[in-house]
Amino acid sequence: MNPFSSGTRLRDMIRAIRASKTAAEERAVVRKECAAIRAAINENDQDYRHRNLAKLMFIHMLGYPTHFGQMECLKLIASPGFPEKRIGYLGLMLLLDERQEVLMLVTNSLKQDLNHTNQYIVGLALCALGNICSAEMARDLAPEVERLLQFRDPNIRKKAALCSIRIIKKVPDLAENFINSATALLREKHHGVLITGVQLCTDLCKISPEALEHVRKKCTDVLVRTLRDLANSPYSPEYDIAGITDPFLHIRLLKLLRVLGEGDADASDSMNDILAQVATKTESNKVAGNAILYECVQTIMSIEDNGGLRVLAINSLGRFLSNRDNNIRYVALNMLMKAVTADGQAVQRHRATILECVKDSDASIRKRALELVYVLVNETNVKPLAKELIDYLEVSENDFRGDLTAKICSIVSKFSPEKIWYIDQMLKVLSEAGNYVKDEVWHALIVVITNATELHGYTVRALYRAFQTSAEQESLVRVTVWCIGEYGDLLVNNVGMLDIEDPITVTESDAVDVLEIAIKRHESDLTTKAMALVALLKLSSRFPSCSERIKEIIVQFKGNLMLELQQRAIEFNSILAKHQNIRSTLVERMPVLDEATFIGRKAGSLPGAASTTTMPSVGIPNGEAKPAAPLIDLLDLSSDDAPAPSSSGGDLLHDLLGVDLSPAPQQSGAGQPSKSGTDVLLDLLSVGSPAQSSSSTVDILTSNTNGKSPVSPLDDISSLSLSSRVNSNAGAAPMMDLLDGFGPSPSKENNGPVYPSITAYESSSLRLTFSFSKQPGNPETTNIQATFTNLSSNVYTDFVFQAAVPKFLQLHLDPASSNTLPAAGNGSVTQSLKVTNSQHGKKNLVMRIRIAYKLNGKDTLEEGQINNFPREL
Amino acid sequence: MIHFVLLISRQGKVRLTKWYSPYTQKERSKVIRELSGVILTRAPKLCNFVEWRGYKVVYKRYASLYFCMCIDEDDNELEVLEIIHHYVEILDRYFGSVCELDLIFNFHKAYYILDELLIAGELQESSKKTVARLIAAQDSLVETAKEEASSISNIIAQATK
Repeated sequence: MNPFSSGTRLRDMIRAIRASKTAAEERAVVRKECAAIRAAINENDQDYRHRNLAKLMFIHMLGYPTHFGQMECLKLIASPGFPEKRIGYLGLMLLLDERQEVLMLVTNSLKQDLNHTNQYIVGLALCALGNICSAEMARDLAPEVERLLQFRDPNIRKKAALCSIRIIKKVPDLAENFINSATALLREKHHGVLITGVQLCTDLCKISPEALEHVRKKCTDVLVRTLRDLANSPYSPEYDIAGITDPFLHIRLLKLLRVLGEGDADASDSMNDILAQVATKTESNKVAGNAILYECVQTIMSIEDNGGLRVLAINSLGRFLSNRDNNIRYVALNMLMKAVTADGQAVQRHRATILECVKDSDASIRKRALELVYVLVNETNVKPLAKELIDYLEVSENDFRGDLTAKICSIVSKFSPEKIWYIDQMLKVLSEAGNYVKDEVWHALIVVITNATELHGYTVRALYRAFQTSAEQESLVRVTVWCIGEYGDLLVNNVGMLDIEDPITVTESDAVDVLEIAIKRHESDLTTKAMALVALLKLSSRFPSCSERIKEIIVQFKGNLMLELQQRAIEFNSILAKHQNIRSTLVERMPVLDEATFIGRKAGSLPGAASTTTMPSVGIPNGEAKPAAPLIDLLDLSSDDAPAPSSSGGDLLHDLLGVDLSPAPQQSGAGQPSKSGTDVLLDLLSVGSPAQSSSSTVDILTSNTNGKSPVSPLDDISSLSLSSRVNSNAGAAPMMDLLDGFGPSPSKENNGPVYPSITAYESSSLRLTFSFSKQPGNPETTNIQATFTNLSSNVYTDFVFQAAVPKFLQLHLDPASSNTLPAAGNGSVTQSLKVTNSQHGKKNLVMRIRIAYKLNGKDTLEEGQINNFPREL
Repeated sequence: MIHFVLLISRQGKVRLTKWYSPYTQKERSKVIRELSGVILTRAPKLCNFVEWRGYKVVYKRYASLYFCMCIDEDDNELEVLEIIHHYVEILDRYFGSVCELDLIFNFHKAYYILDELLIAGELQESSKKTVARLIAAQDSLVETAKEEASSISNIIAQATK
């Protein structure tokens, strides 16, 4: 006998563990016991094997490792006596799971026990098999289990039935072997066998269409009869729960009927009566009765349509919903969710109650109700529902706010009847829970705001007010900062005042205050601060009186530790200090963002610029612009020139705001090789000139980053004061002054092959000719010189040329030489374009154009497509 | 189907675990930790269902013990509540007004009873009486085996005296 294990009985070990005052003490006891058990295992101790295993199970429950006891289970299972087998199988189910290799070793013992003469041992084996068998074991032992479905003792039949469920779930191919024996079980009288048989048939029907067909044809009537007998059966004490005979059997029968009735009118028809009976007669004052009703309603909603039954079902749902018991209300919400697809109108009737449930103190109910409300919202009821939800947002708990905010934003953007309402609601959400709002949501809001031209003033004033009370909500701050940057003048001058607004007096310095608070606030993150800097730059030109103060704020960031902020501050400072003459054009208002493009990007699909008739205005940055149009790119990253492939929804806005701070830019537009951090700069300086070509004069940044002059980042940036162009390579013919130069384009310098000029477009009033040139060594890129001639006798003013190209092309537009086109061919406007053909040699150039101008003060628009480009471009 | 059954005491101690779906040891302890955090902190009047990782956990408190069962999203929660109650009643009948200590010292008995009630995560028997009878029959088998063993060892002991 083992000297170690003899000492403690199971009971004593449990006592010792319970008596431990600290975790360390408990660990010590367990360690000692485990040591003793290991020793016993090593000595192959027979007498106390089952006691040791019992101890191990207890230790296992406490969470200690017990893998060393796994083989002991197998030994106990292999021993002949019932007590050993019983504890052995228990240990097997507890200490092992189906993924352990050891389990395979038990297959043989299981097979023997399934054929044992003692029915209790057969029961143990079935139970273990049902709970932990793997696919291989299922294959090996399926014939035994199938045979046991006809065993004389009902208690074995029911265990075999549940075991079969496990087997067919593990190996669906085996399903058809069980069909016949499973349907035979449906005719049994013994409740245990019936319950398990019905369950087995339900699972068979879900797995195999063949079984479904068979059961539907052969057993529907039997099942309906069984359910009727059960529902009408007199009181039977053995199965009675709260006055109902065997609710478990009720529920399983209803579930199987649901599977049979779905998609089959005949079967549905034959069960109508009994379903109506169950739905009306079942007592609903106890859990058991409600469980049956719940199942019954689910079945009614799933089987083929029967108007009368559905009404009955929805009515019981209404009763459920008004129940005081939270459990019942929870399942009612759950069911209404399913009923919504079948009969939305009926569910709408309960809207008020459901809305109350959103405010319940119970998180589970709240969640269900919110999901339901979300489904119920439509164009007609969005206003009151959104109002309720937003009101509730103010008092909701923090952990629910994320969900709630996301749902409100989604509802509001999906069903908003008008823009002002959308903006109002979003502002409310932002000021209540701005910190929970996702980036896409406020990006989308900005897109909408830019599109609502007549609401700009209203929006910026509303934001200004909201900022005064809710400055701690990050995304509110961002939207405010952006809007004040863009529309600060509207804020101060009360432009576009709506009737509903209260008058408000904001001075220029108040507006700057907001930005200063935002940028100096400790909690503001990098994006917010960067946006605030851009906004400050914009205001500096809009509010000349605050110019000095803005400059001071910007200067403070010249030494900021964040590279992005430092860089911006230095650039902006240099603009303020040295380039007064172009500042106002630099900080023009953003062009209207195209909603369709934004939505398209959000959906991950990009509009093919050439094939769609609506030209994405974002793709044409000079869309609404004055002569210096492309300068708007400054804050717009010219990468939008060509719709670059990108799937992430937020990109567009990032681009537009110039806040793409991700370390690796996902899109490199217009062929810029530099890192995203420098993109802004590059754009800033690359005003309308090819950023990439080696012979161009403008590659200050690229040449620096290329390592020609290895300098520290700080030098790098400071060297960008524009005089440092000295290191730009010689050989570039006319040195263009970057920021002052809207002059001649640098494209004439090349000596590439000569292509014939074409008349790209001609109408009665206008002629457009293209002449082409290529830079040597870069066949993909074509420089196009566009010349516009006025054929009419009137002067064209505000002349703007726009172009769009398909995805395989990249287009870069330089500024036009003038925005006025003299009459009758007395002069022309020229503009240079650069097109890069990524499929050079395979596809020809193609371009869609739009020319807008004013004729006697009247807007005129001409559009056309150019297909006659020379080949090999 | 029921994916697992947990019995947790109010102090967060595990009293019984039964897994019908495969979970590794690591996952098991994670699940237990997570769920006891959620369930033990819920206020008394709230509903007995917790949505968790795409499943639902139905729980009910009896004295100091929480009985929890994890089911699929589309299962009948109310029925599972009834199954829990069914199990508790059988335990009660077997131990004679069961308490937590019974389940600690006779945890294996609690498992045996559960095995007569559920297999493969499905209900096996709706009659309390049948379960009680089957357990009693198996207990008596064990008793007889023990007696035989002791009588044999007595005989051996006497013979070798």
